[in-house]
Amino acid sequence: MKEVAAFFSTPVNFAIGAIYGVLILASVITWTLRRLSPGEATNELSQRVVSWWWMITVFTIAILTTRVVSTIFLAFVSFLALKEYFSLIPTRRVDRGVLLWAYLAIPVQFYFAHIGQFGLFMVFIPVWMFLFLPARITLGGHTEGFLRAVGTLSWGLMITVFALSHTALLLSFGVTHGHGAGPLLFLVALTQFNDVAQFTWGKLFGRHKIIPKVSPKKTWEGFLGGLVTTACVAAAVGPYLTPMPALWSAGAGAIIAIAGYLGDVTISACKRDLGVKDASNLIPGHGGILDRVDSLIYSAPVFFHFLNYFFGAWPAPPL
Amino acid sequence: MIAFLRGAFFLLIVRPVLTVILGANVRQRELLPTKGPAIIVANHNSHLDTLTIMAMYRLRDLPRLRPVAAMDYFLRTKLTAWFATNIIGIVALARAGHEKGHHPMEPCLKALDRGDILILFPEGSRGEPETLSRFKRGVAHLVKARPQTPVYPLFMHGFGKALPKDSFVLVPFNCDVIAGEAIFWNDSTDAFMELLQVRMTELAAKIHVVPWD
Repeated sequence: MKEVAAFFSTPVNFAIGAIYGVLILASVITWTLRRLSPGEATNELSQRVVSWWWMITVFTIAILTTRVVSTIFLAFVSFLALKEYFSLIPTRRVDRGVLLWAYLAIPVQFYFAHIGQFGLFMVFIPVWMFLFLPARITLGGHTEGFLRAVGTLSWGLMITVFALSHTALLLSFGVTHGHGAGPLLFLVALTQFNDVAQFTWGKLFGRHKIIPKVSPKKTWEGFLGGLVTTACVAAAVGPYLTPMPALWSAGAGAIIAIAGYLGDVTISACKRDLGVKDASNLIPGHGGILDRVDSLIYSAPVFFHFLNYFFGAWPAPPL
Repeated sequence: MIAFLRGAFFLLIVRPVLTVILGANVRQRELLPTKGPAIIVANHNSHLDTLTIMAMYRLRDLPRLRPVAAMDYFLRTKLTAWFATNIIGIVALARAGHEKGHHPMEPCLKALDRGDILILFPEGSRGEPETLSRFKRGVAHLVKARPQTPVYPLFMHGFGKALPKDSFVLVPFNCDVIAGEAIFWNDSTDAFMELLQVRMTELAAKIHVVPWD
């Protein structure tokens, strides 16, 4: 008993315990709904909850082991996202080698995050890869479709690698500022929570659509309901998981909700242009990895810079 | 020893590469034959095709799986010959006119009579990867000779982008595999080929195919 109490005495472990509590509650609710009204909709809902068990468990293992494991896990998520993106967009056969270079940017970028090399982390993809890849494409010698190849490649690398790698940088930030995996857990849990909250509020009260041409299911009621709920939960957990006091945490929660919404609809626009509903079938009930991390793509950089600007020690403490 | 090497090759190399780097999304796996004699007919994009089909089976089923491959291509050097015969377990097929007096399909018929599952790529090795070209008729002749054998169409996409036949550099792409219901011999070579091609096109239509630009 003492050991159990000791385990849950750290904020990160306690938060993970609480997440599993919510998960159990969600499972009971979906199970009841399925009993009351069996059908396609409740079936998909319970499939989603089962996938949540898997995702949360893998994520928990990844962040509770060592930081090396956590960073490799985050890099792998980034790899899956980039691969999914490359598999969806039209690519030219002559660019196969270029795509391989883009993949190789992942270990380098996450290594910079791991060693807390803020400067290199921030310039490696937006400057160096941004300049190198078009030059490499040029050396391939095919100018037909050049602009499209460069455009799709650079954007994909920015969203799936640069943006997502901020999760690993946030982990380094947490370690150097005495909060361990707390800030990362705060970001990921609240981003995902906000997705679910927006979905739930939208289902219950959604009337006024925001951008029906991109996301017909996204409504103002869902967005605002999600934002307020996320801000409240953020205010409650922020002081434990991050250096932020309650009010700042609520602000961070609101920022995560807005950025998460924008990420979600931006990836939706991308999928719509490519003519697919889901990015792949990797996660039953959810779609592909891009469908799951779409909000995180926006919330990770935005939250990191918010936290680092207002609460980061300067100069940054060494790792 | 050979069985061990082959098991190790699939368990330690093929499966991890296919799941981690490619992550093949297999649909309707349950339709594939569990025992022979049977023929799996797939479109050909890459050397990964054969490995992927074999990796969908349990290790103990490996000896039953026999990819049919052109003798002159795989038996070029001692090393590829050893690998193709022992690790993959191919049925080597002499391309028409290579050996006189022997029916070129005889090794295939023997394998079927033994209860093996043949894996055939009727597009041959020449087709452009990732574009479904017209199937060669050899498969129909084979089925005509053993009309009770079920033929399972299997459509694969993405492998030709990840590792085209003329390349040795593996670039990660998501890959799709979709299995179809078995078809049987239906009186004439033309009718059978037509049916096979139709079934294959139907399977291809169920997958979101992203060809090269």
